[in-house]
Amino acid sequence: MIDYNKFLNSSIRSLRPSGIRKFFDIANEMDHVISLSIGEPDFQTPWHIRDEGIRSLEKGRTWYSPNRGFSDLLIEITEYYKRRFSLTYSPSEQTLVTVGGSEAIDLAFRTLVEEGDEVIIPQPAFVCYNPLCVMAGGTPVNINTKNKDNFRLKAQDLEAAITPRTKLLVLPFPNNPTGAIMERSDLEEIAEVVKRHDLMVLSDEIYCELTYGELNHVSIASIDGMYERTVVINGFSKSYAMTGWRLGYALGPAPVIEQMTKLHQYGIMSAPTTAQYAAIEALRNGDRDVNRMRDEYDMRRRLVVDSFNEMGLHCFEPLGAFYVFPCIESTGLSSEEFCTRLIMEKHVAVVPGNAFGECGEGFVRVSYSYSLKHLQVALKRIKEFIGELNDGSQAESTR
Amino acid sequence: MDKLLKLLCTNSNFSTAELAAMLGEPEDYIAAQIKEYEARGIIKGYQAVVNWEEMDDSFVEALIELKVTPKKETGFDEMAELCMAFDEVESVYLMAGVYDFALIVRGQTMQDIAMFVAKKLSTIDGVVSTGTHFIMRRYKDRGMVLTDGDVEKDERSLIL
Repeated sequence: MIDYNKFLNSSIRSLRPSGIRKFFDIANEMDHVISLSIGEPDFQTPWHIRDEGIRSLEKGRTWYSPNRGFSDLLIEITEYYKRRFSLTYSPSEQTLVTVGGSEAIDLAFRTLVEEGDEVIIPQPAFVCYNPLCVMAGGTPVNINTKNKDNFRLKAQDLEAAITPRTKLLVLPFPNNPTGAIMERSDLEEIAEVVKRHDLMVLSDEIYCELTYGELNHVSIASIDGMYERTVVINGFSKSYAMTGWRLGYALGPAPVIEQMTKLHQYGIMSAPTTAQYAAIEALRNGDRDVNRMRDEYDMRRRLVVDSFNEMGLHCFEPLGAFYVFPCIESTGLSSEEFCTRLIMEKHVAVVPGNAFGECGEGFVRVSYSYSLKHLQVALKRIKEFIGELNDGSQAESTR
Repeated sequence: MDKLLKLLCTNSNFSTAELAAMLGEPEDYIAAQIKEYEARGIIKGYQAVVNWEEMDDSFVEALIELKVTPKKETGFDEMAELCMAFDEVESVYLMAGVYDFALIVRGQTMQDIAMFVAKKLSTIDGVVSTGTHFIMRRYKDRGMVLTDGDVEKDERSLIL
């Protein structure tokens, strides 16, 4: 027998598997599970975008693209950032097309971080930052964002986490799993601290098109003095419902993008060609689709938030992404107990908050990337579940 | 499009509380709005979308093309009223194109419909010709897919 452990990289072995995984395994094995756990749009990619992908195949465009991505796409990406967020990037020197936003995150970590560097990562957050930071040799330093702050990152918390070894701050807003956003005034306070301590920022803006109410997403790169300190990560998955096409990008200072491009070129070569043709169409003619999907998400968001508050599970109003993050402490259950019992008793799958960092304990992540019909059924079952829990605890206390 | 009407068109069973939550309006405002739409005849009624193929007591429907000669005074309206008066006629649409009216007609059998067209419709004064197209199968009706049972299939994978 070969002892594979002696061959396997010890850092990778020490990575914990994603906590969401476990619940997905349970959900997969059960019949008639109503899931509210999926983190991707339920919409299909708009037809005209798919059509451009198909057309490129019909024309036989099946070769590699340039390493950085097709120049038309690079131009459209920079036009988009100018149009939407008033940020100007050079398509040829400050833009890189990647395999999903995830690859861009990995590249940015490996480009900026080395052994001994500390990276500040607010939590709750998407599960990839800590492991990718570790694999880049960095040390993740997690800051807990709080319900009372609407899960926004506060400057004093950031300040308190900084040491002489701190190099990079990750800004995952609009946030998965909380749905929190950062407004301009919040970012200005953060920017002050970042500049004072001479840090870089990785701003993951993958949910930038999904903000609700009057508030548009603000990129920290547009705050005075932050453009030169920020690597922006974005992609097509959430805005245009293009998850399966695997296409993302990074925008940032030319010296950083240049190094990231080297890694990308050796590790990946180039992002999928078909997806790039589709993405050009998305950026040129997809605004209407983005607005339509946002309106639809917004209605669902209101319905779900309202339902949880009515059930007595306090739910702060999320202004971004497509998740709500209700507090379940009043049930007396832990996040995992709550989710396990909900799936066992009512066949509804939601994700325990602590899968996104320990500070997510006491919360659950509920995705509203589902049809209204589906949401109605699921919410009804959750309401029954809460009702039965309350009846149970009343019976307990009167005994 | 009016968001409230759009929602009711997808599902008229939403409670006023649900509608109010989704639209970010007070519940009594939504209730009043619906009342007003009903009173003004903007909301004409509420119906179920039924997949009759699953039921035994089925029936036949056909789309009937009608070419007519419009009347000098009343144009197409008089003809429309004559057609609407039949119980067999479910829908009447004035069309642009090679024919003037499209009717959806319902009967127990194909024979019923054929006889109805021959005896009742084509004999109306002003009807020039008819064309009958039987509906073989309904795949989608009023925005709802009828063919995939009642389970909404989610093909998304559970990842990460």
